[in-house]
Amino acid sequence: MADQTRMLAGVMDASDNVIVTGPSIYVYEAPVRLWHWGNALCITILAVTGYFIGSPPPTMPGEASGSFLFGYIRFAHFAAGQVLAVAFLARILWTFWGNKYSRQIFYLPLWEKTWWKGVIREARWYLFLEKEPYKYIGHNPLAHTAMFAMFTLFNLGMIITGFALYSEGTGRDSWQAKGFGWVFGIWPNSQDVHTLHHLGMWVIVIFAIAHIYAAVREDIMSRQTMISTMISGERQFRDEREG
Amino acid sequence: MGSATETFYDVIRRQGITRRSFVKFCNLTAASLGLGPVAAAQMAHALETKPRIPVIWMHGLECTCCSESFIRSAHPLAKDVILSMISLDYDDTLMAAAGHQAEEILQETREKYKGGYILAVEGNPPLNEDGMYCIDGGRPFVEKLKEMADDAMAVIAWGACASWGCVQAAKPNPTQAVPIDKVIRNKPIIKVPGCPPIAEVMTGVISYILTFGKMPELDRQGRPQMFYSQRIHDKCYRRPHFDAGQFVESWDDESARKGYCLYKVGCKGPTTYNACSTVRWNGGVSFPIQSGHGCIGCSEDGFWDKGSFYDRLTTIRQFGVEATADQIGLAAAGVVVAGVAVHTAATAVKRLTSKHDPHRRNDHP
Repeated sequence: MADQTRMLAGVMDASDNVIVTGPSIYVYEAPVRLWHWGNALCITILAVTGYFIGSPPPTMPGEASGSFLFGYIRFAHFAAGQVLAVAFLARILWTFWGNKYSRQIFYLPLWEKTWWKGVIREARWYLFLEKEPYKYIGHNPLAHTAMFAMFTLFNLGMIITGFALYSEGTGRDSWQAKGFGWVFGIWPNSQDVHTLHHLGMWVIVIFAIAHIYAAVREDIMSRQTMISTMISGERQFRDEREG
Repeated sequence: MGSATETFYDVIRRQGITRRSFVKFCNLTAASLGLGPVAAAQMAHALETKPRIPVIWMHGLECTCCSESFIRSAHPLAKDVILSMISLDYDDTLMAAAGHQAEEILQETREKYKGGYILAVEGNPPLNEDGMYCIDGGRPFVEKLKEMADDAMAVIAWGACASWGCVQAAKPNPTQAVPIDKVIRNKPIIKVPGCPPIAEVMTGVISYILTFGKMPELDRQGRPQMFYSQRIHDKCYRRPHFDAGQFVESWDDESARKGYCLYKVGCKGPTTYNACSTVRWNGGVSFPIQSGHGCIGCSEDGFWDKGSFYDRLTTIRQFGVEATADQIGLAAAGVVVAGVAVHTAATAVKRLTSKHDPHRRNDHP
């Protein structure tokens, strides 16, 4: 208790609860946080509208001139897709100015032994084989792997196939066709590109489920903050022990 | 057949076709190619002055539906025009000659018009057993095809067979039939896919080559841009129903009677590049969507191997499972959600049964 009093120096506590506090560090800079939440919103819109584009809602009554429902759904999808793409581009550019944690999701340090050890340790933590996880300033190695393999790569894949499919509507002379038409060189039948775009959506949906679960779980279970870190940018640690 | 100096115009006049009909044909063809009124004059001039281009029309593994389509060209004149225009020197289905006589014509054309004739290929060559699955004139078709292609000016791949492989190349493809661009590598190939292609598209491609003396502009996949640069969906007359969100849900419902969009019953118009929705079939009478059935995507690569004709997603066959991307994705997401639930429960149990106080993590060990 003496130790806690030291950590809580100056903090008022009316209800006798234990207030968690500890050393903190600024990890996620404002552009990264802004991108994260904007991106989350885009993905939500894209997944919902994308699903409806693949499996349309029940047929609309009245004259065709009286409604434009499917047009609006597609517009929302295309608009969110363009925002997502521009945001991703901006996010890549930010890595040139941002701190080293802003570069983390774009590569995996496969050559680092400690990183591999961290992946195994974190996997063991999720299999209930470790009493507690290590503390990390940025992403833990297992989260880092998921982030790169399931989010960064697939987000890029969805942007590429998305623009390729969009070019089918904008026409052969459009910049989308010039920039992304090569996709149809690999898969000549655009039905296959549609199929891959659907599969990619499901990978990102699965990533989102795992990502949210892990963030909530680690926020409760681990020795550091998770959710508030992506809001304030500050990572707070709940103990000062090493390892 | 016709001598090298004879023009197309000479031939049709000799056949009793009036100049008026000739000019009408030129206008019609120029319009169907998407060219302006000036092009019609250019076309007339070309047909009056240029020697006819000899065409060799070969048949590999196929069903002759391309030929059937071709000879039913909409404008009654078009068929006659094209048949005389291109000086169809060899077509074993249409020509009167047979046997050695026919083979002689083939060799004669090849020598006389070396590098100057068009090779039109209907069907494709099978490669298995050294090409023995398609014997033409006593030897494998693939040999004959390569030989004729070597001295051709350009090659036209008629239909889905020659362009993509079509049904004979569908899995498991026992004869190893391949599209012609897999065996002809040294000549420009114009792919005119469709099963069959539209007659007006076929005649249009040939008219273009004859008029301008060059290949039409091709897309990334070797198809003429003028007919294959847009999807059926882009020019579909039911497109307003698509944008409005008005769909046929089943084949005999009220929406089907009202002629709503066939997207939900698997129309492949949105992934199919062809001119059906503009040129239409049988003299512009109709096309599949107009008669109430979705497009099956017959001009697309591997259309037999993409699963049902009524699914807009490709069937994925892995580990003996047949499913669409959405079914697989939904199942995988369900497994992950279940996994998360189990993991949450395990975490909670572990924590509750743990001897330590939950706030212990804040203490030093």
